[in-house]
Amino acid sequence: MSIVTVQLGQCGNQIGREVFNTICSDARGAHGLCSKKENESYHDTCKERFFFEEESEVPVARAVLVDMEPKVIGQTLSMAARSGCWKYDGHSHFCQKQGSGNNWANGYSVHGPRHKEAIMNLVQKEAEKCDRLSGFFTIMSMAGGTGSGLGAFVTQCLRDAFPTSFILNHVIWPYGTGEVIVQNYNSVLTLSHLYQSSDALLVHENDVIHKICAQLMNIKQISFRDVNQVIAHQLGSVFQPTYAGEGGLLYSRNPLGDLMETLVPHPEFKMLGLRNIPQMPENSLAYSTFTWPGLIKHLRQMLIANAKMEEGIDWQVRPPRLGSSIPSGCSTNKPLHFNTSIANLVILRGKDVHSVDLGSFWDPSLYTSWLNPQDAFHAWKTPRAFNKYEKSASLVSNSQFLLKPLDNVVGKAWNMFASKAYIHQYTKYGIEEEDFLDSFTALEQVISSYTIL
Amino acid sequence: MAQSVVVQVGQCGNQVGCRFWDLALREHAAVNKKGIYDEALSSFFRNIDTRSGGDGPDIYKGKICSLKARALLIDMEEGVVNEILQGPLRDVFDSKQLITDVSGSGNNWAVGHKVYGCQYRDDIVEKLRKNAEHCDCLQCFFIIHSMGGGTGSGLGTFVLNLLEDEFPEVYRFVTSVYPSGEDDVITSPYNSVLAMKELNEHADCVLPIENESLFDIVNKIHQMINSGKLGSTVKQNSLVTSSAGSAKSVQEKPFDAMNNIVANLLLNLTSSARFEGSLNMDLNEISMNLVPFPRLHYLVSSLTPLYTLADVNVPSRRLDQMFSDAFSRDHQLIQADPKHSLYLACALLVRGNVQVSDLRRNIERLKPSLHFVSWNQEGWKTGLCSVPPVGHSHSLLALANNTCVKPTFIELKDRFMKLYKKKAHLHHYLHVDGMEQSCFSEAMSSLSDLIEEYNELDATKGGPRTDPSRLKIAV
Repeated sequence: MSIVTVQLGQCGNQIGREVFNTICSDARGAHGLCSKKENESYHDTCKERFFFEEESEVPVARAVLVDMEPKVIGQTLSMAARSGCWKYDGHSHFCQKQGSGNNWANGYSVHGPRHKEAIMNLVQKEAEKCDRLSGFFTIMSMAGGTGSGLGAFVTQCLRDAFPTSFILNHVIWPYGTGEVIVQNYNSVLTLSHLYQSSDALLVHENDVIHKICAQLMNIKQISFRDVNQVIAHQLGSVFQPTYAGEGGLLYSRNPLGDLMETLVPHPEFKMLGLRNIPQMPENSLAYSTFTWPGLIKHLRQMLIANAKMEEGIDWQVRPPRLGSSIPSGCSTNKPLHFNTSIANLVILRGKDVHSVDLGSFWDPSLYTSWLNPQDAFHAWKTPRAFNKYEKSASLVSNSQFLLKPLDNVVGKAWNMFASKAYIHQYTKYGIEEEDFLDSFTALEQVISSYTIL
Repeated sequence: MAQSVVVQVGQCGNQVGCRFWDLALREHAAVNKKGIYDEALSSFFRNIDTRSGGDGPDIYKGKICSLKARALLIDMEEGVVNEILQGPLRDVFDSKQLITDVSGSGNNWAVGHKVYGCQYRDDIVEKLRKNAEHCDCLQCFFIIHSMGGGTGSGLGTFVLNLLEDEFPEVYRFVTSVYPSGEDDVITSPYNSVLAMKELNEHADCVLPIENESLFDIVNKIHQMINSGKLGSTVKQNSLVTSSAGSAKSVQEKPFDAMNNIVANLLLNLTSSARFEGSLNMDLNEISMNLVPFPRLHYLVSSLTPLYTLADVNVPSRRLDQMFSDAFSRDHQLIQADPKHSLYLACALLVRGNVQVSDLRRNIERLKPSLHFVSWNQEGWKTGLCSVPPVGHSHSLLALANNTCVKPTFIELKDRFMKLYKKKAHLHHYLHVDGMEQSCFSEAMSSLSDLIEEYNELDATKGGPRTDPSRLKIAV
């Protein structure tokens, strides 16, 4: 089954290109470390998922590019074409002359309705090119105007037009110290709206990825390109083909559906975090060896201690003791910084993957009391190595990972809202104070739900 | 891509405007090697086929034929505009896009605003419409004028009013040159305060500039070059004050160096809208992020570096110095010290070989020494444009919405009151049809209200921070 990617705004388009690049070069790469047959199967599944094969040309990404101003799309299209390995469909993009001005209201209330038909036509075309449509993957940032506002509107349209397809929103959390001054307003409005139409929100935080670039990848002068490449690697590690469950003979056909089924048991809980290890500069790979027990141990502790990357993990954090007479729903006995999960998905790629012992992830104390590990934990595997890493482990987690960042953003936005600063810029386009209050309420509800896990 | 139209009014406006067009051509020539008319050029220039006498349709693609500035030149005297039209830039301007008269406004805001405004209203509207028609998507009007005289101040603000009526959706950025204390125009306080009321009410963003600051910067550069301290030769065309490499001949007029600074300001402001980068900052984003309340739209600007040495290699120490300089008092384009006042918002537009990590490192470094208003502690807007200005490998434009503009306004108010109390020269204004004493008192209270708004914000500075309590959700 195929996934149609919708790239929204500057961020969405810049990341989207890196994702397709990573996926394509991984699929074509000779680093698979597996049998030829395995490799071919991987390659074909990946192709079907993300690319449309044309007769004698390079594969065409199944994507729709949307932006309100032309510079970024122009760059994205030409850089993809220059790669020589893949390209975008020359018609599958929509842009205007003037951007959204970092104004969520402008993106949502003005550009959205105005361009709905044109954008949905492009999406329809891409959907029709798929033999079977698994669903939509949208990439956007929360901080700006187009990705966030128009993105929220488009997600709603996708939900209306394709009620039975899955929608996964990839959302970029901006740097804490401002890329955009009104980013907290834009974020609050985006998240509250996405929560209504989307199936799940997969989040990447710029601050976290930046740290990974600095401390793990040893990059001196970090550019957005570097950040985007790390993000693309992490996304690739989730979306490339895997076998679901033991003894699978075929690569799983419905990546988005499977993802939703394993990770989103309850519509109140849609925030997904992603961790991927190991992460290091390419030229160090040849000198490093990894063991599965080591990787699994680190990944588990990263989950429990809410570590953002493999360095600086707090090993003091331990899961609480279960089996005492504590009524369900009462979480006062849990250590404050212990990260409780609703559901976890571990994805393993590479050598000797079948020998991995994942017992530590079945520990019931990791999970909230109203789910048992049989339902809450899943593992996908493939012996085919990913992106030059001999062994690679990813964790997609529906847990309290994003509780603190969410609380921070809502807090700052509320602080600004109390002074009414910048509100006139939004009311100008039809987003009133009541709309803000609705959004705040919705998010406080989400925060509350995650807090009492 | 969106287009912008420049409306230059009065002597100052036209002289600065002229420098702007000259340096814009120089910048595009440096970037656009193939001579193809591209989106970046189209933001400020039309491409026409001269054979059809300039009335034919614009050429949107392909090679550059003849570039015409998207500009309207207005002056009630002929001298300055005539000089422009006879100078090296004569072909850049559309001969129909001018409005001139002979007698000038006599340094009288009322004459500029009421008399000439009335007289030329239809002509101005028609020419603006013509300009707008040539634009695919008109995003912004840039008005360049001075506050102290009669035409720039009076007619300039009349045009501002007109733009709001006729083109309400298009942004209005005003670059205003404020008179200094020793201004030789006695009535400049009247003119400035009357103009301020218009700016308060009708502009989206104002970039105030003070001649004193420009003068200080020019002097500083001269001293640096002449003292031989630099140890290495300065790249001539990198000087923020220089016209080197542009169409203008070597013999520079006294105000040229100062006007070049303002021209560079406008170029840097629009660079991210014209050229590509990893984090674009369009003009509508500037207004969105830097104007938290409609009337507080005065942005203090600073440009760094002022020059680049001829060494090609610039270690990151220099890069960090560039950021530090942007916040220092002597790089600001008005007499203000933002570091010791309260920031409502701050924007950093970086050009050239600078990456997001450099930006973040410097923000982290400088943040502790700056005071931000309680509800905007992380109030930074950033932009990264890949194309550096001519002669530099990188540059930074900082725009601050900061209470440090207050002293400028207070001084203006004081100078105004000095004259007004004695009713000095008032009769020149009241003679004019449509001018009444109430115009003065209204302008005065508009300015006072503005100062009061800044005062209220200043009062919150350094006080205890009590965050408002959050919404409580029933569990």
